Amino acid sequence: MSVSTRRRRYAAVALATVAALATTTACGDDNEGGGDTGAKPEKLVVDTFGEAGYEDLVKQYEQQTGIKIELRKVAQLNEFRPRVVRSLATGKGAADVIMLEEGILNEFKLNPNNWVDLAPLVGDLSKDYLSWKYELGKAPDGRLMGVPTDVGSLGICYRTDLFKAANLPTDREQVSALWPTWDKFIETGKQYKQATGKAFVDSDTMAVNAVMFQQKGADLFFDKEDKMIADTSPAVKAAWDQAIALADAGITAKITTWSPEWNAGFKQGTFAATACPSWMLGIVESNSGPENAGKWDLAAVPGGAGNWGGSWLGVPTQSKYQTEAAKLAAFLTNTAGQVAAFKKSGPLPTNLKALEDPSFISYTNKYFSDAPTGKIFGESVQAIVPTHLGPKHQAVKENAMEPALRAYETGQLDKAKAWEQFTKDAATQGAF
Amino acid sequence: MSVSATKAPPSRGAPAKHASPGRRARYRFARWDLKYSPYLYIAPFFVLFGIFGLYPMVWTFWMSLHDWDLVGTHTFIGLENYTALLSDDYFWNAVRNTFGMFVLATVPQLALALFLANLLNRPLLRARTFFRMIIFVPNVVSVAAVAIVFGMLFQRDFGVVNWFLSLFGVDAIDWRREWWTSWTAISVMVDWRWTGYNTLILLAGMQAIPRDLYEAAAMDGASAWRQFWNVTLPMLRPTFVFVVILSTIGGLQLFVEPLIFNNGNIIGGTQREFQTVQMYMFENSIHNLSRAGYGAAVAWALFLMIVVVSVLNFVITRRSVK
Repeated sequence: MSVSTRRRRYAAVALATVAALATTTACGDDNEGGGDTGAKPEKLVVDTFGEAGYEDLVKQYEQQTGIKIELRKVAQLNEFRPRVVRSLATGKGAADVIMLEEGILNEFKLNPNNWVDLAPLVGDLSKDYLSWKYELGKAPDGRLMGVPTDVGSLGICYRTDLFKAANLPTDREQVSALWPTWDKFIETGKQYKQATGKAFVDSDTMAVNAVMFQQKGADLFFDKEDKMIADTSPAVKAAWDQAIALADAGITAKITTWSPEWNAGFKQGTFAATACPSWMLGIVESNSGPENAGKWDLAAVPGGAGNWGGSWLGVPTQSKYQTEAAKLAAFLTNTAGQVAAFKKSGPLPTNLKALEDPSFISYTNKYFSDAPTGKIFGESVQAIVPTHLGPKHQAVKENAMEPALRAYETGQLDKAKAWEQFTKDAATQGAF
Repeated sequence: MSVSATKAPPSRGAPAKHASPGRRARYRFARWDLKYSPYLYIAPFFVLFGIFGLYPMVWTFWMSLHDWDLVGTHTFIGLENYTALLSDDYFWNAVRNTFGMFVLATVPQLALALFLANLLNRPLLRARTFFRMIIFVPNVVSVAAVAIVFGMLFQRDFGVVNWFLSLFGVDAIDWRREWWTSWTAISVMVDWRWTGYNTLILLAGMQAIPRDLYEAAAMDGASAWRQFWNVTLPMLRPTFVFVVILSTIGGLQLFVEPLIFNNGNIIGGTQREFQTVQMYMFENSIHNLSRAGYGAAVAWALFLMIVVVSVLNFVITRRSVK
């Protein structure tokens, strides 16, 4: 380790005070020190964000092993990340198993020493998962930083009741046929707007994400050497232009994703469709509430397969029970674990056997008008060719690209100025 | 224990001659006690301040002299972070936002607090204790809860404020879009929370003013307004300085309200319309792990700004009320 624990602790104290945060960091109960003791723990802590679908699984694990599992959930990735950072910087308070989204995994790969190499602990699982997904879990030094949980195969969630009111088809096959391309998608949106006077989708940022990840194998903000190329990357430009076109069509509700307005928009029908990576299903369901059950459905995404998001489970080196934590991570991501999580909250399996599991393929999502989500997503997942994300992808996307697009959407900046702001901020946000 | 006690000679005979060793020890202890105990009594504060106040400050300064990766390596670079800060547009933007919101929140807040304190200070007011208690309640509520609730009130689509304004034919305002709308919303949050607090401090100051001054003024035919202006305000000066400095320190460290107002987004609005210095520091040190040293420099810049403004406040407030 390059820095002694003591110095890191000092840094932490300084930072915590300076930040004047009201948040407590006092959750390091039995995690102090770190290093594997090999002992059987009384309790393991699991940190997840969004809806991972682990609630029932951990209960099952508790019964099997007698180890108590504490599941800590955070709704949003941008709240989750600082917590992980804080615990890494202070050497204290990290969970034993931490869910790492692709954006932050890449960032943490810059300092792989904070993470346990799982390969010796869980055995060779390389044949168990989609091979690209498994490989992405490895740090540059070769260690296995995380075992794969899910991928975010793309779809479009839409409200059948609102489509019906706009005289659009409601059957998912027919709806999918409406929009083989993004241009057709915008056409449909215009029809919807004309019929109802209401916005069709939540914002232009939903398109930029979807389109970026559909650029098979392309470099996004960073090239393969992790050099910043946001201003010249064709994939980024393509996605940007598509988002601008969406905004220009005037069919967006101009709502910031993850904001309370966005959450309320699901219930109120402020928009009729949004991009749905598989993990989004659980979020659409919890935001829309039981009163809207059966109103949502799932159609194909325009423009072909793509992967948005998806995570891994990692074990920080500060965990005292690394072996047991690794076992738990393996349990949560094995065939049965991934199928169960999918049924609970929608994260799409990456485990090959789970993808072939009959109960996965035949699964229909009751909330989404009995859509055969297993079949729909399961087929598209095979077609995914992942894009290359650099170490600061998340920061560039969240603090440079999306704000600039939002500013364009709400008319604060013109096209050229928005692009200028984006590329300027991308350079700062992408520095590491 | 008073100082005079030590100087009084021992009541029974001269200690040098007859004192037993035990007595002498006790005498020595008493002397030691007198000399050093006061330091022990005040020690806890200084020890705690040293650990939680001074040490982190010095350490932050040390960090600010480095290219510091929070979870990685550190390289000494001297004052480079500070020179970079001076030409950083986003830093100055944050400074402007912080001061803008500080003025927008503090000026009406103190005026209102003064007004309320004066009302509560009237001897004929009924249920005075009730009002004095109720006015403090907002301050007890968690700041995050306040920010969340106000964030909802100031929503564009389903917010109560926009609904209310629509009664007067005002179109729905996107409060997070413009600098002035967001500053207003955030200032309202701050004022809701702190007006009562400042009112109570000012009220306490008012009650310490001797009543005979008012009686004398009344005898000379001074109106209530005149009394307020010529008796209350000058006598309130020390309290007012205290309140202003406290508001300055709090106002310049604004963080939670603007952060939660935009749903935890660290850059404030899409063009950083309401990103404060504190948020900018957080963006650099926590969000961008590799720039923690730069974040520490922002923290020190903020500290220096608070010192300067507090001193300025002190000087100006002292003069103007004179």
